[in-house]
Amino acid sequence: MSGHKATPVGGPLLTRTTGTLLAITLVGAALAIWRFAVGLGPSTGLSDGYPWGIWIAFDVVTGTALACGGYAMALLVYIFNRGKYHGLVRPALLTSALGYSVAAIGIIIDVGKPWYIWRIPVSVGKWNLDSALLEVALCVMTYVIVLWIELSPAFLEKWGEKSGLARGLGAFMDKALIWFIALGMVLPTMHQSSLGSVIMLAGPRLHGLWHTGWLPFLFLVSCIAMGYAVVVMESTLSSRAFGRVREDRMLVSLSNVIAFVLLVFVAVRLIDLVVTGKTALLFGAGGLSALFWVEMALFLVPALMLLAGRGHLGIGTMFRAALMIVFGGAMYRFDAYLVAFNPGPGWAYFPSVPEIVITLGLVAMEILVFIVLVKSFPILSGTRPAAAATK
Amino acid sequence: MDRTRRSFLKGLAIAGTSAAAAAVPVVSEASQARHAPEDAVGMLYDTTRCIGCKACVVACHEANDLPPDNRTDALHDQPQALNDRTKNIIKLYKEEGRRSYMKQQCMHCIDPACAGACMIGALQKREHGIVTWDPNRCIGCRYCQVACPYSIPKFEWESTNPRIVKCELCNHRIKDGGIPACCEVCPREAVVYGKYTELLAEAKRRQAEHPGRYVDKIYGEHDGGGTQVLYLSHVPFEKLGLPTLGEKSVPSLNRTIQHGIYKGMIAPAALYAVMGGVMLRNRKKNRDEEGGDA
Repeated sequence: MSGHKATPVGGPLLTRTTGTLLAITLVGAALAIWRFAVGLGPSTGLSDGYPWGIWIAFDVVTGTALACGGYAMALLVYIFNRGKYHGLVRPALLTSALGYSVAAIGIIIDVGKPWYIWRIPVSVGKWNLDSALLEVALCVMTYVIVLWIELSPAFLEKWGEKSGLARGLGAFMDKALIWFIALGMVLPTMHQSSLGSVIMLAGPRLHGLWHTGWLPFLFLVSCIAMGYAVVVMESTLSSRAFGRVREDRMLVSLSNVIAFVLLVFVAVRLIDLVVTGKTALLFGAGGLSALFWVEMALFLVPALMLLAGRGHLGIGTMFRAALMIVFGGAMYRFDAYLVAFNPGPGWAYFPSVPEIVITLGLVAMEILVFIVLVKSFPILSGTRPAAAATK
Repeated sequence: MDRTRRSFLKGLAIAGTSAAAAAVPVVSEASQARHAPEDAVGMLYDTTRCIGCKACVVACHEANDLPPDNRTDALHDQPQALNDRTKNIIKLYKEEGRRSYMKQQCMHCIDPACAGACMIGALQKREHGIVTWDPNRCIGCRYCQVACPYSIPKFEWESTNPRIVKCELCNHRIKDGGIPACCEVCPREAVVYGKYTELLAEAKRRQAEHPGRYVDKIYGEHDGGGTQVLYLSHVPFEKLGLPTLGEKSVPSLNRTIQHGIYKGMIAPAALYAVMGGVMLRNRKKNRDEEGGDA
């Protein structure tokens, strides 16, 4: 049996990989500063027709769903009592904490007057309870904090070697953590579904293949599958990069649940289109019909792959299924927020170079911080001798 | 395996039941349509009277202190569409011998999507049902632009401290006993200001007085839940660029679902309690079985 206990990977922090990531991050940061100097018009491809671009559709809406690994794992591990397999929880939480923090930075760059964001949480009496975006904003702000608290034992364990205070705090967290984890399950349930509600308000401007009262449900269900898929990918990749023993027995044992979740997504979408009399759109909406079917295939095929492999699911199959789920879920969100959104004739959107580079910078920063933290703190488990991981 | 499946199904059942329980009482509550407020005011635009003189466009610029939109040729104030310097515009539709002018500005919806979207109420229906924008509550998220089915709110893309720009029915003039500038200068009373109920009656009177002149509908009477700006037209409304919306307002579906899930925060609180409870039980069970492996 591989070690159950998480340990720092160790090794030098500055390598060719981290150096490259740092460079991309800095270019992105410089462009982000420039964006504030010139305004959103000159720096982005956004317009009155397409007020939201890739920063919202990708960095926030897709990014937070990909960062649902912590949510999906907590849900599956703690609620379905797979507590024996803690090994996957910490890296999943770290990916989530980073993903949500990056999404928060993305929002700060995207909104016109970020220096007023603090007004949202404090203006309690002015809250518009009709606004799904308010719900998302409040939940995401809280969830970023909760995620870092959920992850705090990893930091306290290390600091506890030297500090009594950290040790005491660690002992307290051990007892209290359950209630933060529970919060860490309620908050994503709320705001991931609300991300569906947010774009539901586009109403007639959102194509019929995507617009439905089931949007909140579909966004919620898809983020659970995406979170699981990201954990599969992240576990595979980090075992390769850091020479860790893989922890995939739990992932295999959970594959049935995920296949079920994927099938529910496909079924609800199709049945809803039939019930609401929109079957004509299934083939009659040109490129959008094609996109719809690609999305559906990217949910259906991995579900069948996971089911077919029952009991003897190979790592390769699981990784491929996860890749498809990630692409399918990302496409579904990207399409709902951008491609299937039609503000009327005369408008077009394509991200500007600075928009793309800033997004790349955010992703680079996320990977960079992940590497630095797993090297310095006990996050990954399944240790092999640290010498194997100097790469 | 068995235990997992059982607790999974149990979890599903709990989630499903609480969601359903939360949604039931609300559907009836939220399906009530909204009505214009008692003191609602608005505008009535009549395509058969408009001569396209654009006096209203100029007057709007002046009354609202908007800079001239000379971005086309760096010389003349000639806005091409509603934008960050233009809250009101006249356009010409022309096709196969049929033509009509069209006036565009905020519709002042009875149940506005922009106000439903806005997080802390920068956009709101305020006095007389006029939808106005409060600079102190806006963070520039632009959700109003995504939500508005008429594409009315505009954003100052070139500004580093951007504002949302849209017609506010000259509420600053109304406050002082005046009327919207566009209505004041119109030489043909193609656009008139008044109480919402009176405008609706006037529109019906004109339709009755001139059978065959107008399309048999008043745009805004029911469209998208109703708007306080009403349109009479001799060409089909879609030719004027007005969207075909159902009689339900755009935000009504959201309200039904959002309020259904979050009524009294009961469902989230229940979910929290259930999650915490299940985990507490699982932890205890694991400790009993394995002698404590936290």
